Amino acid sequence: MNMTRRKFLKDTAALVGGLVIGFHLPARGRAYAAGMEAAYPPDAFIHIAPDDQITIVVNKSEMGQGVYTSLPMLINEELEADWDRISVVSAPVAAVYNHTHMPMQLTGGSSSVSSSWDQMRQVGAAARVLLIRAAAEKWGIPEKECHVENGQVIHAKSGRKAGYGSLAEAASKLPLPGKVELKQPADFKLIGKATRRLDTPAKTDGSAVFGLDVYLPGMLTVLIARSPVFGGKVKRYNADEARRQRGVHGIYQVPTGIAVAADGFWTAKTARDLLQIEWDEGEGARLSTPEMFAEYLELAKKPGLIARHDGDAVQGLKAAHKTVSAEYEVPYLAHAAMEPLNVVVDLKPGHCSIWTGTQAQTMDRAAAARVAGLKPEQVEIHTTFLGGGFGRRANPRSDFVTEAVQVAVAVGKPVKVVWTREDDMQGGNYRPMWADHIEAGIDGDGKPVAWKHTIVGQSIVEGTPFSAFMVHAGIDATSVEGAATIPYLIPNIEVGLHSPKNEVPVQWWRSVGHSHTAFVVETMMDELARLAGRDPVAYRLDFLPADSRYRGVLKLASEKSGWGKLPAGHAHGIAVHQSFDSYVAHVAEVSLEDGRIRVHRVVSAVDCGMVVNPDGVRQQIESAIVYGLSAALHGEITLDKGRVVQSNFNDYPPLRFSEMPKVDVHIVESGMPPSGIGEPGTPPIAPAVANAVFALTGKRLRRMPFGQESLA
Amino acid sequence: MISFHLNGKETRVDADPGTPLLWVLRDHLQLTGTKYGCGIAQCGACTVHLDGRAIRSCVTPLSVASGKRVDTIEGLSGSELGRRVQAAWREVDVPQCGYCQSGQIMAAAALLHEYPHPTDAQITDAMDGILCRCGTYNRIRSAIKLASGGGK
Repeated sequence: MNMTRRKFLKDTAALVGGLVIGFHLPARGRAYAAGMEAAYPPDAFIHIAPDDQITIVVNKSEMGQGVYTSLPMLINEELEADWDRISVVSAPVAAVYNHTHMPMQLTGGSSSVSSSWDQMRQVGAAARVLLIRAAAEKWGIPEKECHVENGQVIHAKSGRKAGYGSLAEAASKLPLPGKVELKQPADFKLIGKATRRLDTPAKTDGSAVFGLDVYLPGMLTVLIARSPVFGGKVKRYNADEARRQRGVHGIYQVPTGIAVAADGFWTAKTARDLLQIEWDEGEGARLSTPEMFAEYLELAKKPGLIARHDGDAVQGLKAAHKTVSAEYEVPYLAHAAMEPLNVVVDLKPGHCSIWTGTQAQTMDRAAAARVAGLKPEQVEIHTTFLGGGFGRRANPRSDFVTEAVQVAVAVGKPVKVVWTREDDMQGGNYRPMWADHIEAGIDGDGKPVAWKHTIVGQSIVEGTPFSAFMVHAGIDATSVEGAATIPYLIPNIEVGLHSPKNEVPVQWWRSVGHSHTAFVVETMMDELARLAGRDPVAYRLDFLPADSRYRGVLKLASEKSGWGKLPAGHAHGIAVHQSFDSYVAHVAEVSLEDGRIRVHRVVSAVDCGMVVNPDGVRQQIESAIVYGLSAALHGEITLDKGRVVQSNFNDYPPLRFSEMPKVDVHIVESGMPPSGIGEPGTPPIAPAVANAVFALTGKRLRRMPFGQESLA
Repeated sequence: MISFHLNGKETRVDADPGTPLLWVLRDHLQLTGTKYGCGIAQCGACTVHLDGRAIRSCVTPLSVASGKRVDTIEGLSGSELGRRVQAAWREVDVPQCGYCQSGQIMAAAALLHEYPHPTDAQITDAMDGILCRCGTYNRIRSAIKLASGGGK
């Protein structure tokens, strides 16, 4: 066990022991009754040690989005502790750490800051009130004569000062204050200031602990041979040779395949390669990508369930002066986080400890408890740093945790289940593949008058615990988000949906449905502008509502990019999209190099309401652009007779250093409440690039990834 | 038994000589700062220094390290250059998820050791083999320039 892991365990253990200050925050107006688990004592977000060291318990998973910095900033805006003495630990699973909008602990939907905005400031304010009260009582003076500054309560009249550490014990014995009045934005000292991330030092010296870095005494490393076809089962297997390998502890059949438990990764991998397994591949073996797209596109021509219906799109198309009709294809995508999936499980009688990088602690704990035959409160989840999440680590079926606990039950020792890169890439739970059919028309003045859009793709949510509130009348809201919510003033709109089913497990992937709908909607809108002979920026502005926040980002991005003013051989493309209540416009500058798309620069404008950490916003936009560009240019998971063709970064290549465009991020000043920032930068990058390629070549890109087509 | 100089210390390991150095570092020595990303030298998360050169430890058998100098992220602060690179990374606030950053930093340190004032093309060339899914590439370039004394 190395130092960092010991420290990690100690920090986590401290949460279960006594707390110096514990605050329980009442639920904010939402019904918590159904499915609500009992609150654990103690419930807390702030620990103040006698030496003034402050530990903030963050109930969201840090996967790169900066939440271990932004949530402490919210708390400390009101607490006013010494920022340099703040450190962070991850929260255990307990009701008090639930998402404020959901009866579960979950990091997703770009909601961490927006859903914690009031909650965390209240937590900090309540602590401040109690610390002041403790000091005032100690000094025998009125509270209102005291103020706080940089971790001290100060009585200016008498010159008395006390550090928070010296007041914490007395403060913890006082009754909790009611709702505390929060600062006005004009008085913010920390919120809105570019602030360095608290997790950066540990991420520059190798000490940050990810799931893969957890080692327990006596732990075995387990690799699993899973079915090469989704839904397949082991028919028979021979493990004789694998079992004979030095360092192999045992071979076990588990529900997902054959598990090899060994003394380390390399032994386990070498032994796994020696397994002889005959699979019953099942129905999934019929699936091949070209045939699937052909079926999807046929389906897209037929009426689906109606997700949006304004006017009469069919009549509108008949009456239109000019129309266009187009088909789009976007593929399955793997999340391909840099850290492949892994889970450490220590199962003992009556107790199960799990270490993993998860975004979905409550669901994973419930799943682990079911497998282990325990109560949820007998399962502890230690959330490590996540080496990328992008949605994959919030699996609504708790796939990787369920499997790891099944392995722990079979092996009977502490286990670390590791997915190789190939396992991770071929393991499904992809962004769905989608096919779309659009017909749209303009009148004699160029005005868009009809829009008929049909979407075909698997539902992510159906059959999961989320379906009750995210699927309505057969329509998965995530399938049509960004399409049914098309913002342009078009009198006749129809958006339809088909949700075919197959064996390929699908899941949310950074920006979910928007990752495909923004591409379709924003390239078609660009096409209508060109059909009308209009500038794509001016055209969009003409048909966006006057009070729309789309307008601000569209104008800012076009203005800052020097829209349309470029050297020969370069072109601009623009796209604007709203997701997670935030608005992003990107202007992409592209050229062709040997017939291949080169993205030189992206000028981005974002309106995400009030900004907590401007540098965090810039980081997330930079990140979302790269994630979206990787998909737009290269990303594609295809099937051949049910088998995933791609396996590693050689055939599923993310954007590399040499392909990285310059990125300029401009933030719209806003007094609106904070909205999402982890995902909204992804949707508009693919259409911005596609629109730039059209401006450059006259060729419309309707199939992702774009890197496949020669544009020379 | 195979021995090598690990972060300045003589180290002996009892492992199959064919085991990739990555897994010796992680599973045998529990130096977990060096990461597994792909296993086929495509992502560079496992980058360490072998006799001062950046190599991919996931495809380097332990036998190759025999008698040589191996430096990992955990030993980087032992050198002035290493501390300078880490300080630049902190100044620019490069990491997001952070998983690839040990590899990025080790590749950058090897580059700056060879070229104290690298050109943009040299930076691109040295860093192109290290993937980052969070998109920190531009900040990596800034940090390398800062560490080379060129400002951000």
